[in-house]
Amino acid sequence: MPRLIEGIIEAFTLIITLDPNLMKIIMLSLQVSGAAVALSMLCGVPLGAFLGLKPAVRTRFVSKILYTLMGLPPVVAGLIIYLLISRAGPLGVFGLLYTPTAMIIAQFTLAMPIIAGLTMVGIRSRGKEIQETARTLGASRLLTAWTVIRESRFAIFGAIVTGFGRVIAEVGAVMIVGGNIDGHTRVMTTAIVLETSKGHYELAIGLGVALLVISFVINSLLYYLQGGVGSYDRRL
Amino acid sequence: MAKMQEKKEKKSLSGQLLGIALILMLVFSLLIGAGCSQGAVTPQNDDEAGEEAAAGAEGDEQVAEEGEFIILSTTTSTYDSGLLDFMLPAFTEKYGIEVRVVSQGTGQALETGKRGDADALLVHDRASELQLVEEGYFTDRQDVMYNDFIILGPAGDPAAIKGMESATEAFTKIAEEEEIFISRGDDSGTNRRELSIWDKTGVNERGEWYKSVGQGMGDTLRMAGELQGYTMSDRGTYLSLKDTLDLEILVEGDPNLFNQYGIMAVSPEMHSHVKYEQAMKLIDFFMSPEGQDMIASFKIGDDTLFFPGKGVE
Amino acid sequence: MTGGYEILSVEKLTKKYEKEVLHVEKLSFEKGKIYGLIGPSGAGKSTFLRLINFLESPTTGRIFFRGKEVFGNGRLDLSTQRGMTMVFQKPVLFKTSVSENVAYGLKARGFPKEEIREKVELLLKKVGLEAFAGRHAGSLSGGEAQRIALARAVAFDPGVLLLDEPTANLDPNNIEMFEDLILNLNKEKEMTVIMVTHNIFQAKRIAHEVLFFYEGYLVEKGPASQIFSSPEDPRTRAFVEGRMVY
Repeated sequence: MPRLIEGIIEAFTLIITLDPNLMKIIMLSLQVSGAAVALSMLCGVPLGAFLGLKPAVRTRFVSKILYTLMGLPPVVAGLIIYLLISRAGPLGVFGLLYTPTAMIIAQFTLAMPIIAGLTMVGIRSRGKEIQETARTLGASRLLTAWTVIRESRFAIFGAIVTGFGRVIAEVGAVMIVGGNIDGHTRVMTTAIVLETSKGHYELAIGLGVALLVISFVINSLLYYLQGGVGSYDRRL
Repeated sequence: MAKMQEKKEKKSLSGQLLGIALILMLVFSLLIGAGCSQGAVTPQNDDEAGEEAAAGAEGDEQVAEEGEFIILSTTTSTYDSGLLDFMLPAFTEKYGIEVRVVSQGTGQALETGKRGDADALLVHDRASELQLVEEGYFTDRQDVMYNDFIILGPAGDPAAIKGMESATEAFTKIAEEEEIFISRGDDSGTNRRELSIWDKTGVNERGEWYKSVGQGMGDTLRMAGELQGYTMSDRGTYLSLKDTLDLEILVEGDPNLFNQYGIMAVSPEMHSHVKYEQAMKLIDFFMSPEGQDMIASFKIGDDTLFFPGKGVE
Repeated sequence: MTGGYEILSVEKLTKKYEKEVLHVEKLSFEKGKIYGLIGPSGAGKSTFLRLINFLESPTTGRIFFRGKEVFGNGRLDLSTQRGMTMVFQKPVLFKTSVSENVAYGLKARGFPKEEIREKVELLLKKVGLEAFAGRHAGSLSGGEAQRIALARAVAFDPGVLLLDEPTANLDPNNIEMFEDLILNLNKEKEMTVIMVTHNIFQAKRIAHEVLFFYEGYLVEKGPASQIFSSPEDPRTRAFVEGRMVY
């Protein structure tokens, strides 16, 4: 017990003094997951909107694949990406293994299906009628597409935040493809695993607290957004 | 909205959305192709580019350049001990080559090397190492340092193995008493050695008491401590974690517990992209008098963790 | 009401899903008239409306709008699309302010800001909701929302206004207000109105011409007075006399 308290005290010292080692790991986590989610958003939102506007029966197969991928265990994603980008794999020539790029790719495969899937569900509820209303009011194709996305913005933001929450907290994929290299590919989750195995609880706890804070912010945002969606839907 | 443009639009809305998605995916794959990493915030930003250049100019590059790096695949036991944190800064200082350390079990580390995903290896499974050198995967193997394995257990020692000289006998006793034994079970060098000792005991049926946990050395020690069971560890990792563990050394000194570490380069003939020249610099550094002295001087408290060179079995 | 030239017509228009749901040999609509489309559920009225508003493409057949064939070159151009608009049974308002909703079609057409502001103000006054300009569209009642949907649809003076059961969910007060607005627009702007309704009395009240659809076919078309007093087809008679179960 005293070790635990000691660890917590030291952890907060690290956080309050903005320990450079801690900050570096947190920054890298945010950057890797941020980049992965940004790319997932750029691909996933249009894809989800495209699928959401199709009749559900016609996208049944794609939906099944998407739902399966939404539940893809991070280690499996990590393994697949590892086999692809390892030197012995088909994309080996690019030398991506053990780089932040590899981690972004792995997290992209985790976040993209979530963002596309949740966008699809969000748009399916009202997308078709929005699309028809916009068209009949004389909107161009582009404006129609934009209107559909704009009208589903709460669902889409929710999808993006959910995707970010998933990848920032995952450890399996980044461990395999990033290699947990100090100062290069070490993110919060992999650092926690390592520091725990080494018995360095202070840093592990400090990172844990940082992760919890980030998770809290994300979930508050999500809660707020879902509240927003709910209230508008009830009124319309 | 420009009216001219709108009149020419003919694709369906769905088609347009799909188009946007495809274009973005194309851009994305180009980004990957260019190897440009948005996450690289470390000062070694240009490393991917540097790596490609180095791969292209493999073989004729004698002088290390700024921002160069190699990947060293090593075992958790070496990494967790802190030896590399102690030695590698000196190497980087001297040669300007950054060493990125990926720590895995020996089995996985050897596999990583075989696939060409690392440039150099620091592992401890001599028999496998020599065989893989024979098969052409690795080259320039050197016996870089050694220490030993130890058998640990709770202070109460319920199986009464304390002071035994033979690891085989100690294991047999633990099996007879059916006391908890935690095995790493991760195909690491330590795990392979442990299994070879079990082979010698002739105990083939290992029951509930034998727990194969599939974890690194640090986690395995931690579990042994929590469950108050027996385990086998390399001395280095144990010493580095000693203060946080509730375990004692019960058996040591058996020649079967001898632990030789080897350092070697991934063969450039097998994988033309590997940075053989730089890997050789690392091997030479570890084998140099300076490197060997550093290994000998690395201590945790009063304990020496590794002994330089080749040990005698 | 002057009655005018032919603004919209169709030829051999059919729509098939699993089976044929609509089959119209030849039909035309004149500028400035109000048409009431009546018939039992599943008669193809709504499908017909969706086809002539280009929300779905016909399986076969041709549509002419303002003398030009729609889909003539295999695609729909935006100016044709913009000549017509529709108000649905359920008002679909965008999640923004009431005035932004009314301005949507004008903005899409690139009207100058000042003109949009004036038009929106005028329209809100016309539908009796000028006090609601800054309110969020989500806060309106069903009747108010449908009036805003109508204001939004007629803001850009469409040549043809399509109405798909627009008052089905409204209370009598709002229905009356809505019908008055339609009659007014028709008178002032000579707007052609094609309205699907399952309420034959509504057709009787506001339509100049009534079209009776049955099982995908146009059975009878004529002046409202004639359809309701002396229909030619026995099915039409059964329907307007309330003897048909639907």
